[in-house]
Amino acid sequence: MLDFPRWKQAWLWFITLACALAALPSIFSVAGLPWPSALPNPKINLGLDLAGGSHLLLEASTDQVRRQRLDSMEEEVRNRLRQAEPQIQIGDISTRDGSVSFMLQDPAQIDAAREQLQTLTQGAGMTGQRDWDLQVLDGNRIVLTPTEAGLKLAVTQAMETATEVVRKRIDALGTREPTIIRQGDDRIVVQVPGLKDPAALKDLLGQTAKLEFKLVDTTANPAELAQGIAPPGAEIVYYADPAKDGAQPIAVRRLGGIKGDQLSNAQAGNNQQNNQPVVNITFDQQGGAKFAKLTTENVNRPFAIILDGKVLSAPNINEPIIGGTAQISGSFTAETANQLAIALRSGALPVDLKVVEERTVGPDLGADSIEKGMIAFGVGTLVLMAFMLFTYGRFGVYTCTALILNTLMILGIMAVIGTTLTLPGIAGFVLTIGAAVDANVLINERIREERARGRKVVQAVEFGYSEARSAIFDGNITNVIAATLMFLIGSGPVKGFAVVLMIGIATSVFTAVTLTRMWVAGWLRRARPTELVL
Amino acid sequence: MKLLKLVPDNTNIRFLRWRLPFYVISLLLMVASITLVATRGLNLGVDFVGGQMIRVTFVNSAEAPVAQLREEVGRLGYGEPTIQQFGKPNEISIRMHLPEGGEKDASLADAMSKRIVADIKSKHPDARLDGVDSVSGKVSGELFKTGMQALIAAMVAISIYIWIRFEWQFGIGALFALTHDVTLTLGMFALTQLEFDLNIVAAVLTLIGYSLNDTIVVYDRIRENLRKYRRMPLPELLDLSVNETLSRTIVTSSSVLITLLALLLLGPNVIFGFTAAITLGIFVGTYSSIYMSAPILIWLKVNPSSFVPTESAVDKQERLARERG
Repeated sequence: MLDFPRWKQAWLWFITLACALAALPSIFSVAGLPWPSALPNPKINLGLDLAGGSHLLLEASTDQVRRQRLDSMEEEVRNRLRQAEPQIQIGDISTRDGSVSFMLQDPAQIDAAREQLQTLTQGAGMTGQRDWDLQVLDGNRIVLTPTEAGLKLAVTQAMETATEVVRKRIDALGTREPTIIRQGDDRIVVQVPGLKDPAALKDLLGQTAKLEFKLVDTTANPAELAQGIAPPGAEIVYYADPAKDGAQPIAVRRLGGIKGDQLSNAQAGNNQQNNQPVVNITFDQQGGAKFAKLTTENVNRPFAIILDGKVLSAPNINEPIIGGTAQISGSFTAETANQLAIALRSGALPVDLKVVEERTVGPDLGADSIEKGMIAFGVGTLVLMAFMLFTYGRFGVYTCTALILNTLMILGIMAVIGTTLTLPGIAGFVLTIGAAVDANVLINERIREERARGRKVVQAVEFGYSEARSAIFDGNITNVIAATLMFLIGSGPVKGFAVVLMIGIATSVFTAVTLTRMWVAGWLRRARPTELVL
Repeated sequence: MKLLKLVPDNTNIRFLRWRLPFYVISLLLMVASITLVATRGLNLGVDFVGGQMIRVTFVNSAEAPVAQLREEVGRLGYGEPTIQQFGKPNEISIRMHLPEGGEKDASLADAMSKRIVADIKSKHPDARLDGVDSVSGKVSGELFKTGMQALIAAMVAISIYIWIRFEWQFGIGALFALTHDVTLTLGMFALTQLEFDLNIVAAVLTLIGYSLNDTIVVYDRIRENLRKYRRMPLPELLDLSVNETLSRTIVTSSSVLITLLALLLLGPNVIFGFTAAITLGIFVGTYSSIYMSAPILIWLKVNPSSFVPTESAVDKQERLARERG
């Protein structure tokens, strides 16, 4: 039990020092000292609650994805059957009840229609299921229903695109080291450290930036519009800024417009006539051609520029715009114009994202937490070490040395495996230090007891270590169970606490049991004491 | 050098003599706690009910204009805000739960915090925003569910572990002691109306681990003594075990309390509730491992034959020593 061959001692010291040395870069950095750049530089990451920053949980609406798929399917069905040879006439098309349903004018064309529509659907998932179910009712009605597998695939694709768009937008803000991770089916976690103004970030991410150009339906009756009734084939849209443009909505044609997703650039600028902030957009080749066609065919008619379902402006098309560039005006400030430009450059989000959880900590509060946490840790440790010295004398010295090495080892391991230190993590640290002495207390008390029973020094020490072992082991296992569950319930800061606790349990058993035993054994061999002060 | 001894050697306090009255008191306290939680309820933080909480420091004022803020934020139409000071008098938190029926609206919590922040910034130019927490109804529901699951799972998993390592009576004793600790802590939170959030769940999990650690030390000694003194009546044996481990119990509790007090008095204000919960738990946990988890073994009729009388390392050494000498 008290036998430590040289190789074992060397090995234990090696582990201890390797872990403890890894803590030095982090300590140097907190103390503001330079760390030689030639040496490896593992450092502990500070959590957002210490470094300051924002944690946002964004959620996409699957209902919206469902709705969009129905709408685009409706449009595809119309186009495909109209372009078919011979043309297939349809009527009574609707997207109610979660499926696209329509009648064929000529029931004899049912097979031709079915053949055309087959090409609009595709496989989804591993099971060979398709993304739409095609049914024929009463011989002349076709119903296309989206399958669950198809919806799931669509949501996954939308989320992949959304994550990319979010990344581009955050990069455009020029923040350092953002973390963007998809979570579950319909969520994205965004973590941005050291942000001055999270409101700007949230506004940027909250903007879908779906830009559309649609023709204004001038036949609409203003009185009916006010009641929310649109002419056939048209829909009602409201102005983004009712205070300036009036609360009266306008009607736009549902079909035949173009989307503003085929852009090669977007820049904020100023209108040369009235110096108002505007956004200048440049279409890519395909988009430019579509835009040229739309404006050429509709000269002298008004068209609406719609952003995320709200009208920015509805100017008249005075002449065909064939250069592939356009200017978007609206009630912008320089800031919102710039934001829209960033959003348009990074592309539209395929689905709206909502902030369902936010945790933001300002840099001042974070710095205050670090400072107070370190003071509490320092004072707590010093008082605790004094207490140990007064209670256990020589054995207290071993306990304190183990404690210091334990602290360094926890820091070192955290730095090497790249865990994040959070505020509850600091609390976990302090608590670990308090609990780490428990193993030594158990051992020392047991040695005391065995001495009181009249055992010789060496025997008492040996028994102290061997008999305390099962209690130390069981006690630490229960703590591991608690820490694991904390890790699993998972919100960021609590996770940080659990990680520190787990590392602390491992290192404290190592330092408090193994290392102190080695030191005590060495002392017993050298000094051969016949009396213990304990 | 004369060493410090918090507990004299060879104490022989008959703790278990008072087991009945203490059990009655503890059970009454548990009933009171449950009643308090049921009637007064926990002051659930935004983590668990949804809503927003912001932290603001008024850098140019000695004191935050609490009454004025209460009125201004109240006028925004979300309801009455809860405004509390934390740390210095010019540092406050403004908490606002989701209004009735707002659980379904995924972006309401975010909208609330945006609006409140904008309102305060426009009216108080010296307000510095130190933190924002906003949690929607759906997310808060998930957090509450996983939090409770983790608590219950921890209690059950730990009890099963004890049952495997010891005997079923010990497992039940541990589970009972844990229930006692958790109930009393919840009762304390219902009484003081301190905010109960995700961090507090972590604190409760920590104290579960700590209290169990304490219980295990006592149980470990009981097991050892059950093997050693096979004819000793159980109450006496339990008393002996508690007394033998008393010094360790006091020294360890003091050690943990030293570090916790440092954290409580000098540490960051943001985790005050968290530290307070663990500190309270240390007292409750220490008490419960002596008065709750040990005596229950008498009623569950633990006896020495529960353990196969194996010869431990110590026994062997002792026997050899006897044979030699």
